[in-house]
Amino acid sequence: MKPLTLALPSKGRLMEATQSLLARAGLKLERSGAARGYRGELSGIEGVDVLFLSAGEIAESLLDGSVGLGITGEDLLRETLPEGCSSVDVALRLGFGPADVAVAVPECWLDVASMSDLDEISARFHSEHGRRLRVATKYVRLTRRFFAEKGVTGYRIVESTGATEGAPAAGSAELIVDITTTGSTLRANHLKILDDGIILRSEAVLAATKGALADERTKRLLAELARHIQPRT
Amino acid sequence: MAGKTSAEREALDAQNRRIMAVFTRAGFDFIAPDIVQPADMFLESSGESIRSRTYVFTDPAGAELCLRPDLTVPACRYHLSHAKDVGTEARYCYSGPAFRFSAQAQPSLNPTEFDQAGIEWFSAATPMAAEAEVLHLALKAVEAAGLKKYRVRNGDLGLFRALLHSIAMPERWRSQLLHQYWRPKAFRDLLDLLTGEREKSRSSISVYVDAIAGLDERDALAYVEKHLLSLAVPLTGGRRLEEIAGRLLEKVQDRSEKRLSPETRRRIDDYLAIEAPLVRTAPLLEPLAQNSPGLEAALDRFSLRLRELKRRRIDLETAIFSASFGRNLEYYTGFVFEVEADIAGTTMQVAGGGRYDSLMADIGSPVAIPAVGCAIHTERLLAAVRRQA
Repeated sequence: MKPLTLALPSKGRLMEATQSLLARAGLKLERSGAARGYRGELSGIEGVDVLFLSAGEIAESLLDGSVGLGITGEDLLRETLPEGCSSVDVALRLGFGPADVAVAVPECWLDVASMSDLDEISARFHSEHGRRLRVATKYVRLTRRFFAEKGVTGYRIVESTGATEGAPAAGSAELIVDITTTGSTLRANHLKILDDGIILRSEAVLAATKGALADERTKRLLAELARHIQPRT
Repeated sequence: MAGKTSAEREALDAQNRRIMAVFTRAGFDFIAPDIVQPADMFLESSGESIRSRTYVFTDPAGAELCLRPDLTVPACRYHLSHAKDVGTEARYCYSGPAFRFSAQAQPSLNPTEFDQAGIEWFSAATPMAAEAEVLHLALKAVEAAGLKKYRVRNGDLGLFRALLHSIAMPERWRSQLLHQYWRPKAFRDLLDLLTGEREKSRSSISVYVDAIAGLDERDALAYVEKHLLSLAVPLTGGRRLEEIAGRLLEKVQDRSEKRLSPETRRRIDDYLAIEAPLVRTAPLLEPLAQNSPGLEAALDRFSLRLRELKRRRIDLETAIFSASFGRNLEYYTGFVFEVEADIAGTTMQVAGGGRYDSLMADIGSPVAIPAVGCAIHTERLLAAVRRQA
């Protein structure tokens, strides 16, 4: 039987929540292999190899087909998959790790509530200041898609790898697209989410390649996990 | 396919030599703009939608560069750096590779690298004649390449602008409508609001609009300043207090402004629905002009162009004028056209062009430079010609 590889997050809260879900489902996770334990096995379902990767690498590994299954944040999955991608899809929403990918603008923009306001000021900003509005984000694709959908074109993306929420205060961008759970980080940085600015309501998901989805072991794993998911409150 | 065979290359080169012979014989100076361009130029003049299709990279010194996604901006830059007096008339033609990322099907018709041939005409002394001449040359060029069957569609963004100016409404509504012109759905939604067919729903900022209703500019500014101070919200995001307060005041005004009448809406809708062979446009357009001198002037320019097209024996029976044509082409400002042909079962644009009077200023020209030009997608043209052979 061909081994089926399940990629799991190697660290952080996503890893902890994943392990507790697996434990509830009675699937014991055993780290094996080299001392650092980047590989493992799932007792309970035979023939499922486990590979520990960073959450970002998991989406990429699904896309290139080097793993068949993976648990990661939907935000990273949607950001990594090209538009119209049919080779990888969400198989199960896991009910933990809730977070919204959202468009946030400076709180001092009292005249801006919606994407259409943003569209309007982007045109004016260009004529008034001689340059485009800059959007700091690590979600380049999600941002492009969402802004295009909303008809906002007069902006530029500034790729940001960390502390995106600080970009407007630092003057390296005017607004941001970032992930938020409670909104407290945004508020602390004097940013507000636009009324229609939620791009994605994300949570942890189990994603699968087309081939893996048809596999019997996948079906068993999905059935086991589905019974132990605690719905999002 | 990793490259062209010698036969394919020679076929394309031979075709493009015939195209360029048409342009150079007409007196256009055959230049070679740079392939590698500063990315800023394209990104600042076109925004993120072009960026997502442009190959952008950083050179070893850290400068952000790109492979040109078309040759119009490079030709404009050529003119700005070479011309002794950038405001004097100049005519250029070019032929060379352009690069665009495409996620679309049919990679052979949407290639990542393709040869573009075209002309750009700056500060023409007789604008309407120049527009007609550019279309004339585009057709001569595709015919020289062997294309026999094609369709010409054209529009006139100047006419639409003149129509909006002939209607009494606040200037900001006009610029909103012009801005949304590119997106039919957003345009209709906006018209719904401006005619009062739809009420604007309350939003998270409605309270601020309520708060400054009735205030003058100075007091509105003071309100915004005080409000931000009281909440200890710093002024970030690059916009000045005046811009924020000014726009809030506009929202106040929008509430009490007289809505557009149903007749006005019908006038706009009727205009945008016009689609007819050029030869039959006069009776459709003339009713628009009644009692509005601005529109009359725009219509005069339209008929002058029509005469210039006729003088060049362009078939006005088959060339279609469409009032909403050009909606997806963002930098054009007036006359726009495209030449379509059947390729591999679909209709595709093989050439397109028009007037773009603000691009030169956008990329840093110190003086206004009116411009008109066209570009031919030479790979598609070759495919269309072969299909007809």
